[in-house]
Amino acid sequence: MKDLKTNFIGIESPNPFWLASAPPTDKAYNVNRAFEAGWGGVVWKTLGEAGPPIVNVSGPRYEALHGRDRSVIGFNNIELITDRPLEVNLEEIKQIKRDWPDRALVVSLMVPCQEDAWKSILPQVEDTGADGLELNFGCPHGMSERGMGAAVGQVPEYVEMVTTWCKQYSRLPVIVKLTPNVTSIRQPARAAKSGGADAVSLINTINSVMSVDLDSLSIKPSIDNMGTHGGYCGPAVKPIALHMVSDLARDPECQGLPISAIGGVSNWRDAAEFLLLGAGNVQVCTAAMTHGFKIVDDMIDGLSRFLDDKGFLSVTDMVGRAVPTLTDWQHLNLNYTVKAQIDQSLCIKCGRCHIVCEDTSHQAIRATHNGERHYEVMEDECVGCNLCVTVCPVENCLTLRSLSNEVDARTGAYVDPDKALHWTAHPNNPMAQS
Amino acid sequence: MELIATAHNGTPGIAAERLTEEECARNFCEMHVPLERNAARVEAERCYFCFDAPCMEACPTGIDIPGFIRMIANGNPTGAAGLILNENILGGTCARACPVETLCEGVCVRNQGDDRPVNIGLLQRYAVDKAMQQGAEFFTRAEASGKSVGVVGAGPAGLACAHRLAVLGHNVVIYEARPKSGGLNEYGLAAYKMLNEFAQREIGLVLSVGGIEIKHDAALGKDITLAQLQSQHDAVFLGVGLGGGSGLGIPNEDAEGVMDAVTFIDALRQAPKLSAVPVGRQVVVIGGGMTAIDAAVQARLLGAEDVTLVYRRGPDAMKASILEQEFAKIRGVTIRYWAQPVGVAVESGRASGVEFETTSGAAAGERFVLSADMVLKAIGQSPHESPHGDGPAFDLAGGRFVVNDERQTSRQGVWAGGDCVDGGDDLTVSAVQDGKIAANAIHNALKAP
Repeated sequence: MKDLKTNFIGIESPNPFWLASAPPTDKAYNVNRAFEAGWGGVVWKTLGEAGPPIVNVSGPRYEALHGRDRSVIGFNNIELITDRPLEVNLEEIKQIKRDWPDRALVVSLMVPCQEDAWKSILPQVEDTGADGLELNFGCPHGMSERGMGAAVGQVPEYVEMVTTWCKQYSRLPVIVKLTPNVTSIRQPARAAKSGGADAVSLINTINSVMSVDLDSLSIKPSIDNMGTHGGYCGPAVKPIALHMVSDLARDPECQGLPISAIGGVSNWRDAAEFLLLGAGNVQVCTAAMTHGFKIVDDMIDGLSRFLDDKGFLSVTDMVGRAVPTLTDWQHLNLNYTVKAQIDQSLCIKCGRCHIVCEDTSHQAIRATHNGERHYEVMEDECVGCNLCVTVCPVENCLTLRSLSNEVDARTGAYVDPDKALHWTAHPNNPMAQS
Repeated sequence: MELIATAHNGTPGIAAERLTEEECARNFCEMHVPLERNAARVEAERCYFCFDAPCMEACPTGIDIPGFIRMIANGNPTGAAGLILNENILGGTCARACPVETLCEGVCVRNQGDDRPVNIGLLQRYAVDKAMQQGAEFFTRAEASGKSVGVVGAGPAGLACAHRLAVLGHNVVIYEARPKSGGLNEYGLAAYKMLNEFAQREIGLVLSVGGIEIKHDAALGKDITLAQLQSQHDAVFLGVGLGGGSGLGIPNEDAEGVMDAVTFIDALRQAPKLSAVPVGRQVVVIGGGMTAIDAAVQARLLGAEDVTLVYRRGPDAMKASILEQEFAKIRGVTIRYWAQPVGVAVESGRASGVEFETTSGAAAGERFVLSADMVLKAIGQSPHESPHGDGPAFDLAGGRFVVNDERQTSRQGVWAGGDCVDGGDDLTVSAVQDGKIAANAIHNALKAP
């Protein structure tokens, strides 16, 4: 079983699983439990400036999107940054770092966009012995109304400016946490890099309204019959996070900028995907908030065995391995051809493949044969779209077969696996370059 | 289910109160525990929502099963009940009494592989029960047609026919020979399938549409004649069911202690107190259908010490499904296959046992005697001697009406359905379909110029 030790921008941790800045890392009690459970590091819940503490709502602050059997698919919150006094947090951070020297302890910060505010808090954090800073430019609710969080993250100039201050007034490594509530994630990431950031972390939560209560006709979570948009996270956001992480990983201007990935990481498989798409480690929140800290056991064991299976020497060895497989649409091979195929020995004859293809796609699956209930792909109609595969309830019953050295019955074209054709050179493309 | 209470030290012969009323009530608990809201939602989500769903094809009434299950999954059980009742107004009884393992659930695609089918029966029950609790109304009558239809028999076929006709705007009078409506739903199904007066509550649902009058104690051929009905009504539907149980044709079958299983079940269903129903200590049931199973199981539940069901062929040939057979075995009924009765043994004028002959295998022809103080005959019901009363002749096959696809008899203006027609299969759900088809046919005939 491979060791999962990682070194992320100089911060060492026994594994790449950190708890993200959020309720699970708000105080020593929780963080102690997390480290006892085996988490590699934590990003302490965001600290604000000294003074009267933050006030949270006393109504519900979380709401979930449930799947079958009430599993939590998506999760949203309207909680603000820590509502405990700054000095209490700093004291606890100091003690925790003393008690757990081998774990990563990064402190998340969010103070007003003024140089003095940052200049004042940075040395206090440095005094705790913490390993690094994470700048919270991501929270989309509440604090953003006060000009902080996502309000900063959405303006690349502000991102760069504040990052510069932090690098100027602190010796600690700086991770800039990005908001996904932007048109392109590359702009704020590049700004962080020009400001001297050591790394970026993403994604923070996504603007969301979870649901409307159909009895009261008001939005949920409801605070005295009113609600506000919150930050969305959990398994449902993983594909969005994967896109943004990988988009930075392949951005030429962001080359060399380490990424700490956040967004729906629930198990070792999710973590492996983020690592393969360029993340140096991962941060977890919702999965812990819905199952407790013990889930890290499976993450550690699963990822370690995966390294063994794939022959990777270390976590670092696998980072970014899948990035080269991501490209623009125009570079996809248009000669590559697949057809759906049904394993009749596994088919339970539910007909879902037929009806979705018939009603919404390419009319390529017949429902009867000799008057019997029998589902079969008609290769002369099948475009290989994968819809039938996604709705088939039986694993491996419907699969895609790639054509090789044969004629595509639909187009009549001969499929030569050695001859790729990209849009950039396609005859139908008026801009094609031969 | 709890272990059933069984009498010990049982009085020989046929006796009431082998168990206390409390023990009886516990024994006659729900055969299947109904689903509560969350369990129903989880079960509903197991449905694959098949294209051209096999379950739907297997349902004699053609209920849109994936459609109603989807409504349950999405928190709309009332809509689900609407879909069900629109095709099968007795969907509540069918959800309880249908042999789903041989119909809808038997063909569920989830049976393939190692899976179990979606529990369609319980889901249907959940939706209909919920809607009935809420008093939801699903039907509005069409504009009054001014036509009147006489329906003979307030069993499943008659009720379904009457309901559909009423919805279509016709007035209906049902003539029922017995003092209560429901036919076999009221008199013939096992008590543990129809708890809390369900048959009567469901009839309330049928009648709530309006336009249906029921005259009880009005037997065709005795209190009324077909000629009278035809003169009073624009059309007539006969849903008269079958007569008494068939005879075994063996010596001493009239001895005291021998009775039809349907009579036993009828008495049990109508008893104000279950513990007051007399039952033997040693009971032998002869037959292989659901009535045989229902009679055998209920004899056990009333406290009979020893109940043996004897069938002349093997388990697969039995009309009662394998599941029903297992159900009976779990409740302590012994099932003996491959034996047929040859005579009832009598002591002091009372049945003391039944002699059987083995019908198959190396021991074929061998005889043996099972002691019994009660013998229940469940080899099917015979048609009424004259199913149409004393009126003119009809085309009959084996005493049952010959009907066309529209359920019209050989006689102009007379339709028939349920067990009394040739090809009937003893199922409530099929009787409902007959009534529905006949009602549509009658409607078309009545509106024709």
